[in-house]
Amino acid sequence: MTITGWLQIGLLFLIVAALVKPLGLYMASVFSGERSLLAPVFGPVERGFYAAAGIRPDEEQGWLAYTLSMLAFSMAGFAALYTILRLQFYLPLNAQGFAGMSPDLAFNTAASFVTNTNWQSYGGETTLSNFSQMAGLTVQNLVSAATGIAIAMALTRAFARSSARTVGNFWVDLTRSTLYVLLPLSILVALAFAAMGLPQTLDASVSATTLDGAQQTIAIGPIASQEAIKQLGTNGGGFLNANAAHPFENPTALSNYLNIVSMLAISAALVYAFGQMVGDRRQGWTFLAVTALFLLVGTGVIYWAESAGNPILSALGVDPALGNMEGKEVRFGQAMSAAYAAVTTGLSDGGVNGMHGSFTGLGGLVPMFLIQLGEVLPGGVGSGLYGMIVFAILAVFVAGLMVGRTPELLGKKIEGREMKYAMLAVLILPLAILGFAAISSMLPIAVASVGTSGPHGLSEILYAFTSAAGNNGSAFGGLSANTPWYNTTLGIAMLLGRFAYAVPVLAMAGSIAAKPRAAATAGTFPTTTPLFAGLLSGIILIMGGLQFFPALSLGPIVEHFAMLAGQTF
Amino acid sequence: MSSTPALAHSLFDPAILVPALRDAFVKLDPRKLMRNPVIFVTEVVAALVTLFFVRDLVTADGQAGFSGQIAVWLWFTVLFATFAEAVAEGRGKAQAETLRRTRSQLTARKLVSADDIEVTEVPASDLKIGDLIIVEAGELIPGDGEVTEGVASVNESAITGESAPVIREAGGDRSAVTGGTEVLSDWLKIRITVAPGSSFVDRMIALIEGAERQKTPNEIALSILLSGLTLIFLIAVVTLWGLAGYSGTVLTVTVLAALLVTLIPTTIGGLLSAIGIAGMDRLVRFNVIATSGRAVEAAGDVDTLLLDKTGTITFGNRMATDFLPVAGVSEEMLAEAALLASLADETPEGRSIVALATGDYGLAPTTKKPDAVIPFAAETRLSGVDMDGRALRKGAVDSALKLAGIEPKDAPIEFRQAVDSVARTGGTPLAVVDGSRLLGVIHLKDVVKPGIKERFAALRAMGIRTVMVTGDNPVTAAAIASEAGVDDFLAEATPEQKLAFIRKEQEGGRLIAMCGDGTNDAPALAQADVGVAMQTGTQAAREAANMVDLDSSPTKLIEIVEIGKQLLMTRGSLTTFSIANDVAKYFAIIPALFVTTYPALSALNIMGLKSPQSAILSAVIFNALIIVVLIPLALKGVTYRPVGAAALLRRNLLVYGLGGLVLPFIGIKLVDIAVSALHLV
Repeated sequence: MTITGWLQIGLLFLIVAALVKPLGLYMASVFSGERSLLAPVFGPVERGFYAAAGIRPDEEQGWLAYTLSMLAFSMAGFAALYTILRLQFYLPLNAQGFAGMSPDLAFNTAASFVTNTNWQSYGGETTLSNFSQMAGLTVQNLVSAATGIAIAMALTRAFARSSARTVGNFWVDLTRSTLYVLLPLSILVALAFAAMGLPQTLDASVSATTLDGAQQTIAIGPIASQEAIKQLGTNGGGFLNANAAHPFENPTALSNYLNIVSMLAISAALVYAFGQMVGDRRQGWTFLAVTALFLLVGTGVIYWAESAGNPILSALGVDPALGNMEGKEVRFGQAMSAAYAAVTTGLSDGGVNGMHGSFTGLGGLVPMFLIQLGEVLPGGVGSGLYGMIVFAILAVFVAGLMVGRTPELLGKKIEGREMKYAMLAVLILPLAILGFAAISSMLPIAVASVGTSGPHGLSEILYAFTSAAGNNGSAFGGLSANTPWYNTTLGIAMLLGRFAYAVPVLAMAGSIAAKPRAAATAGTFPTTTPLFAGLLSGIILIMGGLQFFPALSLGPIVEHFAMLAGQTF
Repeated sequence: MSSTPALAHSLFDPAILVPALRDAFVKLDPRKLMRNPVIFVTEVVAALVTLFFVRDLVTADGQAGFSGQIAVWLWFTVLFATFAEAVAEGRGKAQAETLRRTRSQLTARKLVSADDIEVTEVPASDLKIGDLIIVEAGELIPGDGEVTEGVASVNESAITGESAPVIREAGGDRSAVTGGTEVLSDWLKIRITVAPGSSFVDRMIALIEGAERQKTPNEIALSILLSGLTLIFLIAVVTLWGLAGYSGTVLTVTVLAALLVTLIPTTIGGLLSAIGIAGMDRLVRFNVIATSGRAVEAAGDVDTLLLDKTGTITFGNRMATDFLPVAGVSEEMLAEAALLASLADETPEGRSIVALATGDYGLAPTTKKPDAVIPFAAETRLSGVDMDGRALRKGAVDSALKLAGIEPKDAPIEFRQAVDSVARTGGTPLAVVDGSRLLGVIHLKDVVKPGIKERFAALRAMGIRTVMVTGDNPVTAAAIASEAGVDDFLAEATPEQKLAFIRKEQEGGRLIAMCGDGTNDAPALAQADVGVAMQTGTQAAREAANMVDLDSSPTKLIEIVEIGKQLLMTRGSLTTFSIANDVAKYFAIIPALFVTTYPALSALNIMGLKSPQSAILSAVIFNALIIVVLIPLALKGVTYRPVGAAALLRRNLLVYGLGGLVLPFIGIKLVDIAVSALHLV
């Protein structure tokens, strides 16, 4: 570890912290229905959409109507994307003449992009036409992120309102988050990326003559624009197979910074917007403090584990000074690989600039564990916020009784119904991750895809389902996941992780909105103190992570101790 | 009136423990255990492991000793949980039985018709609502009812513990009588208002007994959390079998069962119903009977207490506190005149003037007979005596001035100032005149009970606002409110205003508690989240309320709130403890499960447990024993201190959160030492 490395990490978090408030306030005003700064530009477009779709923007929906709208929209998006992927051969902008995807791969990819996961079982530049990338994937990159934001806003309003029957209008939230938040920011970031040297063209490839005189075909395309929404929408699905480790997705140290910052910006600012909208900014900061704590510790552990290197290799004569450089973004160093890994997994982004599977046992454990904690740190855009609120509800319920009152969060009493929905939501991750991983580790056709012997193989399987169910989308590497078994099961895990989680959350929003908001007194459980932040961290660790500990101990944990003991497999 | 709790049964009273042991086995019936999902799962797992023990025994594969011991401790886990509930029930029932005992073998003399004097003897349990009965001196009242005729003194000590008899009469606020109390003098005609079997005591016994006990809202929410956790850990344990299979490790049902039971929240699951029953029991010991468990929980949440001024905050009678003479009159002269004028005044105010004059002013009580006594009359608003040629009068200021022939504007300045200052501080000024000579003013004031200010300060620290309700004018009310230290007051309050006030507070998201006794309090009692009726109150009030205070002590609300908070705190603390315990159990069991496949994992055995088998057995034993160890805490409740939520949280999180994290590391290690010393595995 070096001072420079830590300074780089520190500066990164400072930049994000500085962005949180202005962006958060802006989003709070957008979702409170106020007239936005961009209204002169996008206002007519917004009204045009409503008129075309027959939406009355003032008409709010109850939680059920909101949920059904969300599901209908997602299903339609899924069907459209599946169709495009299957039929891309017949569609325009297919200069390379790529064939349509197989049914299982198209299912997996459609599920992946509709759920904001962006797990990629395919190599983008060798499988997808520009039309599929732009009209298929990039569209879902935008609207799946907007859907996440909409769900989070419904829950936010539930807390902000007192004895209310409605939680907002899904179509309005979807439109406004796309038009006023994601699109303008994407344009800004895409221009910045293009300026940094990312290709932005409709050409498919360029040919180059190497120094040896050989001909090389280099894939290019509308990369800068997809890269922008990939990070802003915490999607993570790269244009190119190598993701952000490819110089065209991530050419310079500066672009690497912009990558990480744009990943964090909206998710973190949404947490602030939550505080603003419920009238308690300190609540937003408290959630952000918990997030920062986990990300910093996670980054620190990866950085430390990777810098410490591998004693087995050192014993073989490899210079230990550089630590474990396998799987690192060699241009930017371990510090930025560590930060990228922690942020991309804490965030449900899933873009990578290193190979998590090549990290040391401990270095690989952290990204996996950060996803398993529920993608709340600060999680995917929107989904992270509502995940964090679910944990806050659990924390308040477990510990709130200790002050001698029935638990409440932001003046809303947490009772049987909220508990039921919260438990239904948190059940999904262990069910989807451990269930599918256990079946896969017993099933010969599934085990055959594993790339490494020993416990690392189990880590590969576990990581794949963790990434899918957590709607993260990052890959550990090593696992050949483009098989009917994995395409299907991972697709199901992604759909469960998104919708089986979001539906109870929206039901909970309905129940919370209907409750009167109680006044705070000295007897009220304080939820904006450092003590509560500590408590919430403990609950996230124990209730979000503890159930994965037995499984992890058979994968990365045993790898770590075996490495220390000099054992190989 | 006494608010000290009745003597609690000792925690180790064999009269309760022995039947509880028997009940603990009866409660193993799976149909009954279904109500408690965590313990039900434990029972199913225990039965499963028992089957595998039998198999191991038959196949003689050398595992029988281990699986047998695991099975035994799993059964103990279930038994300890049912035992905890049985003990709590036993204590609650014993408490309630003492109330009920007096009521069991009563006969009633029932009037055949309302205006007939003919009576028939029927067993008390056959009485129906609306029956008229007659009870004479020396008899016990057979059921709850309302006096329709007669006046009698009644000994209610069987219920209230208060030995002084109370008067019960037809009409008004003193017409309610309770079954099991004794008529000491005269006779009463009573209309039965509650069918025996649904009276307050019976209703409360039903709340304690398992069969009738309904889960309260918070208990339901907590059960959902615990069931959810059980399900999550069930997934984690079942899938572990498959994940372990990847590396060729075969996990036996016995060790997976051990892992599951130690991870699911058996500690709080086993003690949950005991905590709830013990909370009701604590209320009974404070002589409060709740008609639902929900009300006890709501008491913990109360934000605002509505307290009647009279009898709760003040003694209820105005008392003389000062003599304020006019110029040229000494305090002694005024005191003496006031004393003489009050000699024949038997009202509490009159007696307080005598007490002040002979007490603080040291005047000798006179034995002289007045020549004439002028009693208080509504027209004159004056009273006094004629004595030794003096015409001493005291009374309303304007009346006294008129009698003395002084125009109010001509009254001495210091007199007017004294009258003003008394009125401004909420007191009542009484003028004293001797014939046509104005002597001065007596300051009569509502005296605030000693110690009440400190109680309100404690409530404020808990985050509870106190609101005083009074019929006084706003000036008087404000003065008393500031002296008593209440946060707010409702002056010139009518029952309708009270109700409106409660509604307004509730709309602001606050929970309200109030106590009352009159029929006109009933709507407000019903509207309040916690309504406490006085035992001495009317039937209407008692029906509208969700608690009845047998001592009829209005300050009891404060204890009720504390009991509610204690109940919730105990639940929360043990839940936190139970969940925090899991960390240590992982460190005990996980390395034990996989150390043969991956020797490197022994690094996780940070407790240095002897062998994999002893590690697993120790974790299971610790998990069972901790339930027994915590039974006294569940029954007695976590101590509540009125220090505000933040401080409470800090303290309880330290004790039960951090304690729950650390303690099992030590406990499992100690059990492991014992297990290996005894060569159990």
